Amino acid sequence: MPSLNYAAPTSVQEAIALLAGAAGLAKPMSGGTDLLVQLRSGRLKPDLIVDTKHIPGMIGIREESGGFVIGAATSGATLEAHAGLKAAWPGVVEAMDLIGSEQIQGRASLAGNLCNASPAADSVPAMIAAGAVAVIVGPKGERTAPVESIVVSPGRTSLARDEFILAIRLPARPAHSGDAYLRFIPRTEMDIAVVGCGVSVTLDAQGVCTAARVALGAVAPTPLLVADAGAALVGHTLDDATLAKLDAAARAACKPISDKRGTIEYRTKVAGVLARRTAAIAFERAKGGVVKGH
Amino acid sequence: MSKHHVTTTINGEAVEFLCETQETLLDVLRNTLNLTGSKEGCASGDCGACSVIADGTLVCSCLMLGVEAEGRSITTVEGIADGEKLHPIQQKFLEHAALQCGFCTPGFIVAAKALLDANPNPTEEEARYWLAGNLCRCTGYDKIIRAVMDAAAELRGEARAA
Repeated sequence: MPSLNYAAPTSVQEAIALLAGAAGLAKPMSGGTDLLVQLRSGRLKPDLIVDTKHIPGMIGIREESGGFVIGAATSGATLEAHAGLKAAWPGVVEAMDLIGSEQIQGRASLAGNLCNASPAADSVPAMIAAGAVAVIVGPKGERTAPVESIVVSPGRTSLARDEFILAIRLPARPAHSGDAYLRFIPRTEMDIAVVGCGVSVTLDAQGVCTAARVALGAVAPTPLLVADAGAALVGHTLDDATLAKLDAAARAACKPISDKRGTIEYRTKVAGVLARRTAAIAFERAKGGVVKGH
Repeated sequence: MSKHHVTTTINGEAVEFLCETQETLLDVLRNTLNLTGSKEGCASGDCGACSVIADGTLVCSCLMLGVEAEGRSITTVEGIADGEKLHPIQQKFLEHAALQCGFCTPGFIVAAKALLDANPNPTEEEARYWLAGNLCRCTGYDKIIRAVMDAAAELRGEARAA
């Protein structure tokens, strides 16, 4: 077995130089909860692991211009413990919290979940609905990209080999805003989504939706931003006709596969139902209600 | 690449070891340091038998590289008892017969310790969710939960639960 190298750079520049200069495959690692499993199974055979956790900014949560900047390697346990983030973006925090066990939460991160590029990643639809932006660093400096542009196919991202995510930015929240994420699994814990749905809405003082983003997971090769589903909500309250349009738009966006977790027909049906339920929670939260999500 | 020289703290003692990149912390604990309390069940972060506490955070030692232990403070199941005196969680596992084959027990003890350090008064539901990352194929979990809830009561200084 060729020897596997490891580096723990303490600056972005050093990390990029290592990724760009490596002979063979170099992989950035934050919590390692996916990477080390793939290493062990032989699915991934890197020549170099670049541990990014010692780079300033990679771990921690800070408020900036009314929004939040979450270091790319910040653990789920740290998100869960941050009262301000939970109050502003309960759906994003709950989506992250659904991933794996307490042990996994001690290491797993939003950016890691994103870069693993699973169609069923729980945090990704919630981040897409939230309008989250990835701050990406590479040899040409820093760039930003919406989260929905990162996953391009199962297991693949739009990042170049010498780029990595430094932080996830969540925008400032207008008044009367709320988000939610629901995942359907046939049990209560420790499973992979059959369908996941993230919704983020802003309402006016009368409770009419003025802005909405809806995202679905596990119903296509990548997590989806469903523009038609968001558009179905704007200008309306959650009346029966609006819910029916939301349901139909969510189903229309689905391009799932049939596998042991569900058939194409089942996943499509569940996507519509989950969109209704998730939207109901997001609307209640936008009205100031404290609603139990997952 | 030559082996990494790692300086860390394990169960309160300064420890140095050498490891290859691909060796997990679990590999190092068991094979290099002869701390064989932590078990390898799945080696993929699903079973929790290798649970350790790293700087106060519960993690799977199979999903952490040995080299990542540099400068950290690690608590394994061997560090839970106070010398010969069992920790109340360990004592309650014995009293409630919360194990059969015992393979999962070290992971449960460590995970329960992390739970009670963070939340001394969990509800049964909170305890069950917290321990959902630890698999036991013998007990059906009920005795484990009773042992943890009883240990929590004792650690809070309350009378023994019925």
